[in-house]
Amino acid sequence: MRHIISVLLENESGALSRVAGLFSARGYNIESLTVAPTDDPTLSRMTIVTSGSDEIVEQITKQLNKLVDVIKLLDLTSYPHIEREMAMVKVRVDEAGDREEVKRLADIFRGRIIDVTHKTYVIEITGEGSKLDAFLQALEPFPVQEVVRSGVMGIARGDVALQV
Amino acid sequence: MSETSASSTVLTGAEIFVRSLQAEGVDLVFGYPGGAVLHIYDALYKQSQVSHVLVRHEQGGIHAAEGYAKSSDKPGVALVTSGPGATNAVTGIADAYMDSVPLVVFTGQVPTSMIGNDAFQEVDTVGITRPCVKHNFLVKDVKDLATTIKKAFYIATTGRPGPVVVDIPKDVTADSCEFEYPESIHMRSYNPKTRGHTGQIRRAIDLILSAKQPMIYTGGGVILGKGSEALTEFTRKLGYPITNTLMGLGAYPASDEQFVGMLGMHGTYEANMGMHHADVLIAIGARFDDRVTGNIEKFCPHAKIVHVDVDPASISKNVKVDVPIVGEVEPVLRELIRALDENGGQPDADALKAWWDQIREWRGQDCLKYDRDSELIKPQFVVQKFWELTGGDAFVTSDVGQHQMWAAQFYGFDKPNRWINSGGLGTMGVGLPFAMGVQLAHPDATVGCITGEASIQMCMQELSTCYQYQLPLKILNLNNRYMGMVRQWQEFFYQGRYAMSYMDALPDFVKLAEAYGHVGIQVDKPGDVEGALKEALAQKDRLVFLDFITDQSENVYPMIPAGAGQNEMILV
Repeated sequence: MRHIISVLLENESGALSRVAGLFSARGYNIESLTVAPTDDPTLSRMTIVTSGSDEIVEQITKQLNKLVDVIKLLDLTSYPHIEREMAMVKVRVDEAGDREEVKRLADIFRGRIIDVTHKTYVIEITGEGSKLDAFLQALEPFPVQEVVRSGVMGIARGDVALQV
Repeated sequence: MSETSASSTVLTGAEIFVRSLQAEGVDLVFGYPGGAVLHIYDALYKQSQVSHVLVRHEQGGIHAAEGYAKSSDKPGVALVTSGPGATNAVTGIADAYMDSVPLVVFTGQVPTSMIGNDAFQEVDTVGITRPCVKHNFLVKDVKDLATTIKKAFYIATTGRPGPVVVDIPKDVTADSCEFEYPESIHMRSYNPKTRGHTGQIRRAIDLILSAKQPMIYTGGGVILGKGSEALTEFTRKLGYPITNTLMGLGAYPASDEQFVGMLGMHGTYEANMGMHHADVLIAIGARFDDRVTGNIEKFCPHAKIVHVDVDPASISKNVKVDVPIVGEVEPVLRELIRALDENGGQPDADALKAWWDQIREWRGQDCLKYDRDSELIKPQFVVQKFWELTGGDAFVTSDVGQHQMWAAQFYGFDKPNRWINSGGLGTMGVGLPFAMGVQLAHPDATVGCITGEASIQMCMQELSTCYQYQLPLKILNLNNRYMGMVRQWQEFFYQGRYAMSYMDALPDFVKLAEAYGHVGIQVDKPGDVEGALKEALAQKDRLVFLDFITDQSENVYPMIPAGAGQNEMILV
């Protein structure tokens, strides 16, 4: 099963590699991993998307908690939560009719065109991973040049909060 | 450097290093100098409170620090230089990590301005050691040095202990700042749990008292957590059979009737059969290692399991348990004893009697028997004689292989911290440096190193250290001219194709010992074993290297072959 684990950790050099190293050393899956400092500059927040049986995910959370730099974590999948991912897609639109068709697709998916040249668009799109997948599938007939995805971020709904 | 008051003083990083060690009560550092740590060595030279033991190879230094820590209640401390000094230390650090040994290892590093430039003797020590330390630090500013050292000792010695590496660039040891050693430390990200959950303790007692065929299975955690006395009290109160893992030997007196021997791959028949048929398993400070469980699918098929461990990640890692208790072994055992008294219930006496009858029947197999009339020296016999002649009261280190199993099987440990070996990583070469650390922690004790001719050659150079510091170790070299355990597996599982397991071109160990300034004795007849051991023990102030020429074909029995269950042992 897929799990989204949010981790608060000390914003220190090496903390990221401790987490990444843990996953590779113990053979756990990482689907995506995002990290950035929080409103408190001494803290980083990381969102890890992983998958595995209940036993494996239990081990993952225990092993993460065991890392000295990790302060707290939350398996968002245990709570009602929101997840978001962003992608930027560069598409060539120099064939006749492509400019209009790609613009229309972007609108349907509530994407925004954030860069325009006479040959290319860059489209920004946000949503759950499956929505991004669907958008990319819709773009398949067009010459997509580059796709960059942020990886998943998540937050619990309501009162549940991951904080120090 | 002469100032001892707590008032703040401006000191160099090297001086801060030494003052911090003094503040931690460190009396001994194992190390090897080099360019990046010269300022530190200079500061050590100018004081006398912290002594330094010069080893001959950094690996030996870390193992010696491990031996010191494992046999005492203090962390081991080591100091090595950057680059090769640090990489040589890695085997020892990994060994300490696997066996949860509290160590603080200081490594020199190239100056901060040169880090990342492939400077002379530069390696990414923090990167290399990351997967095999409890935690590590790179100190980039002299102002952080004292606090980092405080944190390192705190992390290494609390919770589940382990090695902590502190990497110190050379310029940090030269820079200066105000020195004040923190009295205590608080880390928001590190708060090991001490006491067990009261509800879980009660549930555990209910389950424990419901048992008809109970088994207590304890590991190295009881020794690390100083829980031996509490364990003995708890076990005697219940009257249940108890088995120890390789790392847990000595936590419960081996000479006691309730002790059924070591369990696992080369454990006793009665311990493994008892585990297999148990209906309630009480696991304390043990981690269900694969050498203990055998085939995990077949492990303890009938048992409900209580598991006490300070490390939550050890619980339900390999085997799903029914009543987990996270906490330090000693306080949790005390809580269990109290809860047992408050409960007022008693174990089922009839069931327990029938269970003991069954265990005695298994014990009747005499699974550790060997040919006592052989014309060749049987390695088991040497260990047994050593146990007899030392009254079972020596500190014993071992290397890794057949001799290690024989030492574990035949030297009955009645006290904790007496049996020092490499269980997790299985590092050949540890025996001699372990013994150095033990002897330095216990200058007047008898320290034996039970080894083999293959293992001993892996840290042989430390014989020189032993001479320099006059460490009167007794080395029992069970010399069968083979990497015995490799040979045994090749005999059992590779139809006797002994690929590369024969130890050809062996040195003359007697002459070698003498060349290093020690006493060497070769023994090749069973009748001479006792005399030679007595002679070695009588030489109180000399290291004696006893080279026993043993039976080449001897195997370690009993044995659970790979993939088999605990009830599927190969017996003699």
